[in-house]
Amino acid sequence: MSGFHWEWAFAWSTVPQLAEGVVVTVIATAAGSAIAFVLGLVWTFVRIAQIRLVTPAVWFFVQFIRGTPLLIQLYFLFYVLPTWGLTVSALATGIIGLGLFFSAYATEIYRAGIEDLPAGQWEAALALGLPIRRVWTGIILPQAIRAVLPMLGNIVVSMFKQTALLSTITVLELLAHGMAIGQMTYRFVEPLTLVGAFYFAVSYLSARALRSLETRDEVRA
Amino acid sequence: MKSVPDANAALLQMCGISKTYGERKILDRIDLEVAPREKVAIIGPSGSGKTTILRTVIGLVKPDEGTIRIDGAYLWHEETQGGLKPAGERHARKVRRAVGIVFQQFNLFPHMTAIENVREPLVHALGLSRAESDARANDLLTQVGLKDHLAKHPAQLSGGQQQRVAIARSLALKPKIMLFDEVTSALDPELVGEVLHVVRELAHASEMSMLIVTHEMAFAADIADRVLMFDQGTIVEEGPPAQVLKAPQNPRTRQFLRAVLER
Repeated sequence: MSGFHWEWAFAWSTVPQLAEGVVVTVIATAAGSAIAFVLGLVWTFVRIAQIRLVTPAVWFFVQFIRGTPLLIQLYFLFYVLPTWGLTVSALATGIIGLGLFFSAYATEIYRAGIEDLPAGQWEAALALGLPIRRVWTGIILPQAIRAVLPMLGNIVVSMFKQTALLSTITVLELLAHGMAIGQMTYRFVEPLTLVGAFYFAVSYLSARALRSLETRDEVRA
Repeated sequence: MKSVPDANAALLQMCGISKTYGERKILDRIDLEVAPREKVAIIGPSGSGKTTILRTVIGLVKPDEGTIRIDGAYLWHEETQGGLKPAGERHARKVRRAVGIVFQQFNLFPHMTAIENVREPLVHALGLSRAESDARANDLLTQVGLKDHLAKHPAQLSGGQQQRVAIARSLALKPKIMLFDEVTSALDPELVGEVLHVVRELAHASEMSMLIVTHEMAFAADIADRVLMFDQGTIVEEGPPAQVLKAPQNPRTRQFLRAVLER
């Protein structure tokens, strides 16, 4: 077979199977984001709290995660951890891997949001005698997180695209289904194009939505 | 009246307060006492240390040297049998509860409505119930003329209204000493009057002691029992307004007043 040949009927016939992959991709993105956001906040607090040994350890961990490819981290979790007796499903492994990887970026975003708040907010909170816990949960974090919401959204979009890597550790997400169809039918152009188009459509629309969120915040501020 | 009140009666007692930032000595061995109910205005050129002294009273600035005593308790020290022992932020938080401050930039919490701003210290610092806090926040905002703006966010209010919310918020803890840090400096000229009006009413009606940093000389003359002139981290002149503002003895006070009045 040579040249470009596109069959609409075949393309449509792949949609139901691809849709199964979409479900897995969405689950991985949602669960991975939740882990990244929570862990990122934990890293941020550990770094602010300056705990002996723990803070430097977290700092090194964050640098390490940011400085190595996600693919290696996924391989490590998938192939090495089971040899230490830690076995979870491929999808759970992938979600943990994505969550850890992006938590290292989320922590920087939180830190920026916290540092950018005017000093007057801290001063007013202290002057009013608020307990330190309330200063964080009631004054600082709500404002800081709101300010960085568009950037946290970008993490979700990045993660959504990176879920394709989970196909390398046997997770049957969208790309894995596309490849499976190709290998079964010897036709790759339709399934891979549809897979790519889906990633693009979701990323593009999300980026636009995030931009409008940013401008809305600017108008308000 | 006496220009320096009896030490035993003082509500605020600051002894030998010094603060240095890098090379600059912002406060240079300041001694200052404020009696209950006394209203003290602080004037002086920018960078003279007048804002820093207010921030020191409420513990936002920790002095390098000296002691601060508020209503009988030391802000950064604990009294033991062996004398004074340095104490930390946790101790300071209890002592500073007797002090309220209104900032130049309002520093309202922008994600909260007017009533939520005022309720915040009532619920979370005093531990009052939600219903009781709401009632008191409502009263306080009514007192500053904002009854109809309870549910608005700071961004929906004018600067003068925001500053009045800030005043209501700082009154919530019923402080014994109120600090006003150039509370009209960030306002458009036409909004200054409404804020000064609220402060003036408070000064005349309330039992609180007040320390008021201001550039509004007529206002200072009207409400203050005593005026302090700050320059380069020291108090160069003090006395009743009729003396300091009308017949200053110190050449630097004279020069400063001339510059302010020629504005």
